[in-house]
Amino acid sequence: MSMNTQGRPTNPGEAGESFRPKTFTGNRGLDMEEPLIFEFGSLETTGVDLDEDGGVEFELGGHAREAEIGLPGLAEPEAMRHYVRLSRNNFAIDSGLYPLGSCTMKHNPRLNEKMARLPGFADIHPLQPASTVEGALDLIDELARWLMVSTGTSAVAMSPKAGAHGELCGMMAIKAAHEAAGRDPKIVLVPESAHGTNPATAALLRYKVVSIDAKDDGTVDLEALKRTIAEHSGNIAGIMLTNPNTCGLFEREIRQIADMIHAEEAYFYCDGANFNAIVGKSRPGDLGIDAMHINLHKTFSTPHGGGGPGAGPVVLSDRLAPFAPLPFLRKTDKGVELVETEAATREGEKPFGRMTAFHGQMGMYVRALSYMMSHGSDGLKQASEDAVLNANYIRVGLQDLMSLPFGERPCMHEVLFDDSFLKDTGVTTLDFAKAMIDEGYHPMTMYFPLVVHGAMLIEPTESESRASLDLFVATMRDLVMSAQRGETERFAGAPYLAPRRRLDETTAARKPVLKWSEPEPAEVTPAAAE
Amino acid sequence: MRYLPLNDTDRSDMLARVGVDSIDDLFADIPEDVRLKGLLDLPKRASEMEVERKLSAMAARNTAAGAVPFFVGAGAYKHHVPATVDHLIQRSEFLTSYTPYQPEITQGTLQYLFEFQTQVARLTAMDVANASMYDGSTGTGEAVLMAHRVTKRNKAVLSGGLHPQYREVVEGLSKMAGDRVVSLPADPSGTEDILSQIDDETSCVVVQSPSFYGQLIDLKPIAEKAHAHKALLIAVFTEVVSLGLIEPPGTQGADIVVGEGQSIGNGLNFGGPYVGLFATRQKYVRQMPGRLCGETTDAEGKRGFVLTLSTREQHIRRDKATSNICTNSGLCCLAFTIHMSLLGQAGLTKLARINHGNAVKLRKLLGGIHGVEVLNSAYFNEFTIALPKLAEDVVAQLADRGLLAGLPVSRLEPKNKDLANLLVVASTEVNTDEDRAAFAGALKEVLA
Repeated sequence: MSMNTQGRPTNPGEAGESFRPKTFTGNRGLDMEEPLIFEFGSLETTGVDLDEDGGVEFELGGHAREAEIGLPGLAEPEAMRHYVRLSRNNFAIDSGLYPLGSCTMKHNPRLNEKMARLPGFADIHPLQPASTVEGALDLIDELARWLMVSTGTSAVAMSPKAGAHGELCGMMAIKAAHEAAGRDPKIVLVPESAHGTNPATAALLRYKVVSIDAKDDGTVDLEALKRTIAEHSGNIAGIMLTNPNTCGLFEREIRQIADMIHAEEAYFYCDGANFNAIVGKSRPGDLGIDAMHINLHKTFSTPHGGGGPGAGPVVLSDRLAPFAPLPFLRKTDKGVELVETEAATREGEKPFGRMTAFHGQMGMYVRALSYMMSHGSDGLKQASEDAVLNANYIRVGLQDLMSLPFGERPCMHEVLFDDSFLKDTGVTTLDFAKAMIDEGYHPMTMYFPLVVHGAMLIEPTESESRASLDLFVATMRDLVMSAQRGETERFAGAPYLAPRRRLDETTAARKPVLKWSEPEPAEVTPAAAE
Repeated sequence: MRYLPLNDTDRSDMLARVGVDSIDDLFADIPEDVRLKGLLDLPKRASEMEVERKLSAMAARNTAAGAVPFFVGAGAYKHHVPATVDHLIQRSEFLTSYTPYQPEITQGTLQYLFEFQTQVARLTAMDVANASMYDGSTGTGEAVLMAHRVTKRNKAVLSGGLHPQYREVVEGLSKMAGDRVVSLPADPSGTEDILSQIDDETSCVVVQSPSFYGQLIDLKPIAEKAHAHKALLIAVFTEVVSLGLIEPPGTQGADIVVGEGQSIGNGLNFGGPYVGLFATRQKYVRQMPGRLCGETTDAEGKRGFVLTLSTREQHIRRDKATSNICTNSGLCCLAFTIHMSLLGQAGLTKLARINHGNAVKLRKLLGGIHGVEVLNSAYFNEFTIALPKLAEDVVAQLADRGLLAGLPVSRLEPKNKDLANLLVVASTEVNTDEDRAAFAGALKEVLA
């Protein structure tokens, strides 16, 4: 029986529309304030029932911990509520359009989660006998095949843990190849538009980073590259180039770039962060690359998880393949075998070392393969096409109002605007982005790439419907016109409607508070002490 | 295709709106001769049921740790993870969000990172912890690079008790960066003389406790010697549960503590993804790699959290950054944080006692078998035994009997024949008395 509400209708107007009560809890309806576990958990409580330990005499040799650890525990309902409440303060792809350019926030199918949790994948140890994990090795080999076929390469180093780790792996292979040839070049060429990880990776290996210039259209300036190569001839280890680049453009002269680099006996490292634009449309191996990492968490949709974990397998050209790190899989008559140590290598296998303990991000491999198998060759191609179409649809929807730094040309999977449309409005790129939050959108990537003033890089991905794109475009148009009308208040204080207003990042960096500490006891006034 | 919302009508309307005739016009920048004409040479799309069938068949060919008596450790441990953990980390708001670069709408992630950092700092008894590394091994590589920045030296001394694959990660990175590494020989019993290796050129000493072989190491004299030479002590652990029972590296003088956090909240996953824990002294915080979450206030004075000290990081500092790391282990941190919040110190201490107790019981059983020698005097939940024959063969024979007995050291150190008979065995809370009895019984038979 349902409750009879007849005769008791609510009248939303009664309390006055603009009245917002100051609540006792600080909560605002479903918007809850939540303390830290250290502020409400108890040192006595535990939310895990464990058997008694049976009173065995310790064999710790005097290494026992004496001091308290200071970690509060929560009963299961407390933990559940705490983390559910925290989760509600997060924006997520599942709740809204997340157009972070270069980050590729696409749908994360739950089938992939289910597959990764099969005990045969999730509950196997990296060092249990190989004969007991043949299916796991086959899965890695199968994913490797999908990656090699889709990139047009014949080798892949699977173990890197994330994109930047993949870059490091690729550059280490390049360094090893130079060493094997008796060369010791010191310079790596990196365009200004590159992700920060590229120069940081080169610097980790003690390379000197030399920047190369872009043309007015945002792609590498071939003439400038020629001059730079000539200037450093004989001392260049390689180039690190993102393609499609971080301006959302395909490097049209990529093969000429590859030829110029190879003529120098140097190597072409391709940052594969944007591979998702061209899967099934073009194979990087055909473009002359020597190494390219694939962010499984971007292109093949393993979840970003609030910042990780990722996975960054690196495909390698034939020239670099022999230097692929341990571990790797070797095909035999009986199937695949795992090569884990230098002692197990054969003629022609010259691994430069090891990137990580064990075999890499198995949990991500399962998800990525599940994603790739689901799409198949036709679906992968369609996904790239839809991603590019969606980005261009946004471009044409906004190009009359927002400013395209490189003119009205097609983009790939992401569209880059600069802030010249905000000139004299008093609204900055940051303000504009924060106002998007009030509209229920995650802001786009801002102030990156560095080559464009006040950059706004929008990547809708193939996961958005046309209706979703239409609303996004309409919202962006409303925001632009609002800024141009001088409605600065909507921007300057934004966001107004998020769980938090703008946060003081300056003080956070100046006086870092990086963990919770017991609050200082309140000062006891003489009156209270009595 | 079930994941793509656009239909063919949408596509043709949108192409018209964009002002091109065909989708290929949008790919015109790709040179004609390298544009794929047909499809990739891969199978076509598959239904959810079909994918599930194929992947399940692969999974079924593996022996899950939970299905057999299981004693393999050596850097990854089989523990029980409460169901709550996996439920919570699958909430969309955690699973499908990005790095919290927009703090106003990512307080959920930021607050758990702050809790995580506090938990790690307290466990290790260090001043400050970061928001995680990829795993323990890569974290160890980064710790060595950090020590070089702090000391402005470039020689690392690695204990023979360090996990061999951790050692290989450090050696590989150091070789490539032109740094020096002194790796001491394998040290199963913790009797090496590491003190004499520390000199005025030493940047850092890297010591694992419990060691790869299970031995607990007294870090205090090593810290003293290192500090006397203005070098840093990097303390490593692969079993974080041990910190529930043994003296933390922070009170023993460690300058950087780095370890694997997989045991708490995270499954075995055949080696990854895991979660690297990384902590140091306050004075070195600006040399730390990785993301850091800090407390601050918003425009209305409410407490909130942000990523901070990012001027150390690659997206700001590029080639001057402290590391190239970008992605961390976000969701694995969350799993760690939730599991640790459920345990609390009361639960963690008890869990650690059960682990140790189970290892002691196993030590007694195995140590009583004729021909088996236990090499460790003090250990947590893992120890090394010397067998009268090749450990690899014994493990294979035991696997045939449906029992995964541990790691033959030779698998990671095949060149060192002295280690060929050594077996590293772990016993956690998941092992029952029946498991241990089965292990001892089967080992006795195999050795007979």
